[in-house]
Amino acid sequence: MSTRIDVRKTYKLYIGGAFPRSESGRSYVVEDSKGTFLANASYASRKDARDAVVAARKAFGGWSARTPYNRGQVVYRIAEVLEGRRAQFVDEVQRSEGGTKRQAEAAVDESVDRLVWYAGWADKLAQVVGGTNPVAAPYFNFSVPEPTGVVAVLAPQQSSLLGLVSVVAPVIVTGNTVVVATSATRPLPAITLSEVLATSDVPGGVVNVLTGALGDTAPTLASHMDVNAIDLTGAAGAEGVDPTALEVAAAENLKRVVRAAAEEPDWTEAPGLDRMTAFLETKTVWHPVGI
Amino acid sequence: MLVRVTTLSSTTSSYGVPADLAEATSSDSSLRRFLHGLPGVDQVGAEARAASLGTRSIKTTAKAFALDLAVRMVDLTTLEGQDTPGKVRALASKALRPDPADPTCPQVAAVCVYPDMVATAKEVLGDSGVNVAAVATAFPSGRAARDIKLMDTQDAVEAGADEIDMVIDRGAFLAGRYMQVFEEIVAVREACARPDGSTAHLKVIFETGELQTYDNVRRASWLAMMAGGHFIKTSTGKVQPAATLPVTMVMLEAVRDYRELTGQMVGVKPAGGIRTAKDAIKYLVTVNEVAGQDWLDPDWFRFGASTLLNDLLMQRTKMRTGRYSGPDYFTLD
Repeated sequence: MSTRIDVRKTYKLYIGGAFPRSESGRSYVVEDSKGTFLANASYASRKDARDAVVAARKAFGGWSARTPYNRGQVVYRIAEVLEGRRAQFVDEVQRSEGGTKRQAEAAVDESVDRLVWYAGWADKLAQVVGGTNPVAAPYFNFSVPEPTGVVAVLAPQQSSLLGLVSVVAPVIVTGNTVVVATSATRPLPAITLSEVLATSDVPGGVVNVLTGALGDTAPTLASHMDVNAIDLTGAAGAEGVDPTALEVAAAENLKRVVRAAAEEPDWTEAPGLDRMTAFLETKTVWHPVGI
Repeated sequence: MLVRVTTLSSTTSSYGVPADLAEATSSDSSLRRFLHGLPGVDQVGAEARAASLGTRSIKTTAKAFALDLAVRMVDLTTLEGQDTPGKVRALASKALRPDPADPTCPQVAAVCVYPDMVATAKEVLGDSGVNVAAVATAFPSGRAARDIKLMDTQDAVEAGADEIDMVIDRGAFLAGRYMQVFEEIVAVREACARPDGSTAHLKVIFETGELQTYDNVRRASWLAMMAGGHFIKTSTGKVQPAATLPVTMVMLEAVRDYRELTGQMVGVKPAGGIRTAKDAIKYLVTVNEVAGQDWLDPDWFRFGASTLLNDLLMQRTKMRTGRYSGPDYFTLD
């Protein structure tokens, strides 16, 4: 009997609903927590980041125009498809992060629950953070939250799936589109998540996934004039990036910035609304009445 | 049988072109004999050559040069039924100062509009050096009686157009009535004359998307050059596919060979479908490699485009500031 040869995979990026190679042609080796070979992944370049922003901008009009109810359905659908590939995710999370199988299972289950939780907020958030305002003039005055546009997200370096889902879901559920730079050393769950996104009902371009070290992509995204907000969470503990420099670059076009905490947060804690409201703008309408 | 790979052609003598082009255009049958005697285009070879030219990497100072040159070559175009004088004025202002944030940004070559908008565009552009081009001769189909086409042309010239973009009658061309097309181009060229003796530049549009084969593109190119067109132009922008790199390459070969034979230079203008700076640079590489450096000039090569300009400006801004720019910072048109 012959020995079967391993299939050594080389994963690609996820941009605009397609899986292109890095424009630079670069790839890098992904190792598991014990240092053995897992797979090759694309090493995204500045131009890949630019292409991803173009794709995200293109998708923004359609995605933000959908009814919140429909966006909730789509995010719920991601949870369904993710649940269907549970075994694969458990395996990848365990090999990437180390730890026991039980811990990996808990992380995957929590990720599914997190998606369902955010999906539920899609058509309720406007009632919580928006509303009518009493004004001393003959106007019907009301405020509604609106998505801010293209959001760049640096995903957490440690928590490869739960952390990723916890930063991406709140951005898209309110109607933004996202370019996410994954954990540099633990990208496999993110790559599999992009396969999940491609086969659920998420329109191409709503989520774009860049793998590789942040050295090239993060400064490009932070300085990009067509990015409206940036979440620097993943800059905590990442090699080759200076969170302060990224904030300075982001200030040029007044991006909304979520600063990196010194330590990566505990993702199992209740998330609250902050990650959703950070990427919303409030529109207030003064409607004349009684004239 | 000898098979010539057209992409390697370097001399015109092998074309079998008669020394006296006048003889070729003396009668319908001699014109047909001449045009059908042109060697066929190797389709696979032409497409492979165009694709290989498109892979050149143009960076740093060469890229900066190419972007500025491409901006100077743009014919900023608006050819829509819903065009208004306001829109044409806005476009003309943009032609004068494409990037108001950057005084080093050059002007574009021309503004291309319908004849009734020529006066409006001229009002803004004046003698700034940016030309006004008008499409004429029953654009875009070219299906009207000849006197109507000539009136259309004269009307645009009187209104102050510096350049006339005429369409050939593809029906006549495809039916093989080459002499009719030839005579029409000659007549339109005469209609481009102004009372003071000068003449508006004539661009001849083939609508290559309707010509079906590269052989036809080559024939149309020679026909238009012999009839006295100053420029040959791929498309109206109203038919898909519009300009492609192989088609433009075939036309560039024709103008190169025509100059070798007659000493006269003819310009080339791809139009329609060129939307990104990257595409534009591919065209410039092709111009340089196929026709030569002499054509790397707004007098001899143009881009018919509207959305291309914004992408060129975004790339210029990226090179200047190091930041990627976005469409929010440039005018919509």
